[in-house]
Amino acid sequence: MFTKILIANRGEIACRVMETARRLGVRTVAVYSDADRGAKHVAMADEAVHIGPPSPSESYLMGDKIIAAALETGAEAIHPGYGFLSENPGFVDAVEAVGLAFIGPSASAIRAMGLKDAAKVLMEKAGVPVVPGYHGENQDPEHLFGAADTIGYPVLIKAVAGGGGKGMRLVEAPEKFMEALISAKGEAKTAFGNEAVLIEKYIIAPRHIEVQVFGDGTKAVHLFERDCSLQRRHQKVIEEAPAPGMTEEMRAAMGAAGVRAAEAIGYAGAGTVEFIVDGSHGLRPDGFWFMEMNTRLQVEHPVTEAITGVDLVEWQLRVASGESLPAKQEDLSITGHAFEARLYAEDVPKGFLPATGTLTHLQFPENTRADSGVRAGDTISPWYDPMIAKLTTHGSTRSVALHQMEQALAKTEVAGSVTNLAFLRALTRHEGFAKGDVDTGLIDRNLETLAVDPVPCSKTRSLAALGLMGLSKPQDPSAGFTLWVPTPQETQFRFKDKDIRAKVTTLGPSLFDVELADICHCVERAGDVWLVDGVKTDANIVPLGADVSVFFGNGYHFHGIDPLDRASAASGDGNIIEAPMPGLVKEVFVKVGAKVSKGDRLAVLEAMKMEHALLAARDGIVAEVLTSAGAQVEAGAALIQLESEEEVAA
Amino acid sequence: MRLQSQTLTTSEDFLRRRDVNLQALETATEVAALAAAGGGEKSRARHLSRGKMLPRERVANLLDPGSPFLEVGATAAHGMYDGAAPCAGVIAGVGRVHGHEVMVVCNDATVKGGTYYPMTVKKHLRAQEIAEECHLPCIYLVDSGGANLPNQDEVFPDRDHFGRIFYNQARMSAKGIPQIAVVMGSCTAGGAYVPAMSDVTIIVKEQGTIFLAGPPLVKAATGEVVTSEDLGGGDVHTRLSGVADYLAEDDTHALALARRTVESLNRAKPQTVQWQTPEEPAYDPEELLGVVPVDLRTPYDIREVIARIVDGSRFDEFKARFGETLVTGFAHLKGCPVGIIANNGVLFSEAAQKGAHFVELCSQRNIPLLFLQNITGFMVGRKYENEGIARHGAKLVTAVATTNVPKITMVVGGSFGAGNYGMAGRAYQPRFMWTWPNSRISVMGGEQAAGVLATVKRDAIERAGGEWSAAEEAAFKQPTIDMFEEQSHPLYASARLWDDGIIDPRKSRDVLALSLSAALCAPIEETRFGVFRM
Repeated sequence: MFTKILIANRGEIACRVMETARRLGVRTVAVYSDADRGAKHVAMADEAVHIGPPSPSESYLMGDKIIAAALETGAEAIHPGYGFLSENPGFVDAVEAVGLAFIGPSASAIRAMGLKDAAKVLMEKAGVPVVPGYHGENQDPEHLFGAADTIGYPVLIKAVAGGGGKGMRLVEAPEKFMEALISAKGEAKTAFGNEAVLIEKYIIAPRHIEVQVFGDGTKAVHLFERDCSLQRRHQKVIEEAPAPGMTEEMRAAMGAAGVRAAEAIGYAGAGTVEFIVDGSHGLRPDGFWFMEMNTRLQVEHPVTEAITGVDLVEWQLRVASGESLPAKQEDLSITGHAFEARLYAEDVPKGFLPATGTLTHLQFPENTRADSGVRAGDTISPWYDPMIAKLTTHGSTRSVALHQMEQALAKTEVAGSVTNLAFLRALTRHEGFAKGDVDTGLIDRNLETLAVDPVPCSKTRSLAALGLMGLSKPQDPSAGFTLWVPTPQETQFRFKDKDIRAKVTTLGPSLFDVELADICHCVERAGDVWLVDGVKTDANIVPLGADVSVFFGNGYHFHGIDPLDRASAASGDGNIIEAPMPGLVKEVFVKVGAKVSKGDRLAVLEAMKMEHALLAARDGIVAEVLTSAGAQVEAGAALIQLESEEEVAA
Repeated sequence: MRLQSQTLTTSEDFLRRRDVNLQALETATEVAALAAAGGGEKSRARHLSRGKMLPRERVANLLDPGSPFLEVGATAAHGMYDGAAPCAGVIAGVGRVHGHEVMVVCNDATVKGGTYYPMTVKKHLRAQEIAEECHLPCIYLVDSGGANLPNQDEVFPDRDHFGRIFYNQARMSAKGIPQIAVVMGSCTAGGAYVPAMSDVTIIVKEQGTIFLAGPPLVKAATGEVVTSEDLGGGDVHTRLSGVADYLAEDDTHALALARRTVESLNRAKPQTVQWQTPEEPAYDPEELLGVVPVDLRTPYDIREVIARIVDGSRFDEFKARFGETLVTGFAHLKGCPVGIIANNGVLFSEAAQKGAHFVELCSQRNIPLLFLQNITGFMVGRKYENEGIARHGAKLVTAVATTNVPKITMVVGGSFGAGNYGMAGRAYQPRFMWTWPNSRISVMGGEQAAGVLATVKRDAIERAGGEWSAAEEAAFKQPTIDMFEEQSHPLYASARLWDDGIIDPRKSRDVLALSLSAALCAPIEETRFGVFRM
């Protein structure tokens, strides 16, 4: 076993690797950018080396700096985590060239799987079923268009070097093909520096089922499947293992295919063979096709760990340090069912916009695995993935594990940023999902009901009023004292755009009457518990400066209105196009004087590694362009100003 | 030492006392509720229709959320002026703003336009007196038409009349006690000087007005026609005249500005006494209602009261075996050290000397004094006069009058005659004086007073050779007895601000603790006693 390893990553995965390393007595070295100076992974590591500015291309993607850091600190091996350099064969070569071990597959294995078209050819040869598609080198748009026709619509355009949904487009009809192709190639180029795409048959009720494999360079085993069908824009949202409806026969077939794939390329370490499965008529052993192989530890590996009891990172370290496979296939078995939910800082009702912010409060439920790279007080910066945590539950049956997840989400408290918690929770309560009727279109079909913004009930609002008035903390024993008649005190606050007024009468240090517009509640504090109208209420009030978050099933953030702040609210007339988040202005499509219609693309903002089109909120004339391509802008910055035709005429 | 209560809380006696005392409390509660309602439904509605907050809400929203409010004179003017001035038309009391204890004086414009009746003036001055003695910043929430004209002779000219308000403001400001005015309505004539004399003044836009003479008087005097707003509105005073400093959008905004002003006062409470961790009494204060006898003539052990007021019911009794009709000793009240002087019968010479000794002790140690009054007076008769009870009583009175440690007085029974003086009655300027609903106060008992008058009368009749039947004597005495009964009632006393208010005995601990806390906002000056007649 190694005595010291360097983790070439950040966030939750760096922390997760360190946890196992620490348990095995292996010392750890972290690397960090300027933005991560105070990050959790840095705090956790035994040593930490600064590697550059916040931008990943100048820090976490700088293989040379990372290798130098490893040499400098005396690390014997480098764990790449996922993302960043994890599937970069050049980096593997460089690591091995200086005599360090790379905790992962060989460069050649990565290369073999890195180019998706070549990988499919290879897999076909190895007897692994593949989806009909075009994986050729001819990238001429007309040729690709013809290939799509041959395959038959709908088709999927995917970046050859891609992953994680970037540079991927679904095309349902030939007339949409060209536009999608240009956009996919653009994104692919930004994300991977390679604009080559492949085209595939699109399966109508597809399920995404993947097989976890583990090899030692010659032999491989599989650790069963994971179902990652719950996706949005090809990003996984909730994963589970085993796959619902899976039969022993199909599991054996898929597992064997996974092992064949791994052994065909002499795979070492943890890898995932992704299959697309036609779920329209139940699972059949002949209804799965190879999609790609991810030559790294997956984000969703905890569900596999939960059902198999295997610590995959431990296996990675053991195999990378020269051991052979830690278990034989027949030693591996499934116990129970596990779910993983990915908690992100993102604004679901606003189209899952990535969010940033300082997590003023962060609390995970006890008895639930929470892999997190942030702590209370840490910041979700615009530079990296806005993931807050992965929650994993493990129960004896699927239903139990799902209920556990629902409760775990209800008891997870995040303040300081919007999150997708309510959305995740809505998913865990979705009837179809509960029945196991999953496919990759489930979220999109039900988006309206799933992405509903939770509205605070009167109990929540009452508790918010107490929090904002500083009455949720234990009070002076004389609180609320009056000789005869108590008088209510008023507070005003806001939830989203809605103003709320509450009158609070303090009847004693822990007894309050809260009067809202529509209802009156009697609120009592009994130790750490809140009783509302005598009923125990599992709520937590977290004051944050002038604001308060109330966690009661969902998290609700209320903004206290200071009577001293009397700025008149600006009216939103749709004239100003603002940056929805901090980012880089990629392109501006309009010039001053241009006539635009509602919904026209005015500019593209690149943020959080995604392109966001900024659309005209109404018809009008461009009055002013306040930015230009290449500008880095803050959230809320005015980019383009419109005026109406009448205004121009006048 | 922990006091051992002898009270049987299940005895018939206890339950009967409790019933009667609850009734007395009920009456006080009703009177207080009536006073709190201010000028009645109609004028409240009119007040609200002008976009103004009700006066009690103004006070509540000025204070910190959950702040205690120790109201002073809550039933002032009760039964006076034919009930025209509930609460004397002004709310006063001690509350907290940004953690600082402050005195709030708030006009109630729903009561005769907030005009000043004689009791309004007296209450305003009493609030200022407390503020001055306790160094409490004053916040005046002004909404008043000035002096009540039909009562001008009892409001304007004398020393302790209207003008004294501004005198006090100037004197307090000079002592570094902040004076803050929030003009939330009219501030006419003399009233204009409240904001003008304040250190900081806030005025509500298109609602507050300040002028020496309102538009009708201006027209009468000079013929000039002008609107209130142009004469002395918020805009005028913050932009042109400089009479006010901050212009507020509305009541809420004005109160927030006042709060911010207090926040920036840069004041700290002086360190005067050694606080301990507060502790509840071992005996439930709820039992106080059953402890106190219904008839003031029934003696009871005052330690039963002390046991239900002080921390842990612990009482370090001083000189317990000497002058036993006066109980003295040290205790803590919600963590604050206090020296307690309490009556356990008629005052004798020894008791008076012991009391004077104890006041000296507390003065030397900077320990606040708590007087629990249940006193019929000093012992009378030849033996006592001859041994010089007046001389010994004078020692106690001198000590009580000249000590500089804060004194708090609570009347838990009778407060009669010179006993009232020796036990820090109103004239001896305790920082606060509270009474229980069962208490009575007068120069002597009604029976005794009637008896004195009857004796004088009988002597005169008999000297003239006349005869006076027992029936005639009884008929002669009855009006005096009735008058004393009425005038010694705590509601009568509180209406006239002979004290700071009736309180629920069960809340005594809170009231006393808040009183002590307010009193300790001022540093304790060193005491220099007068000549003790030896």
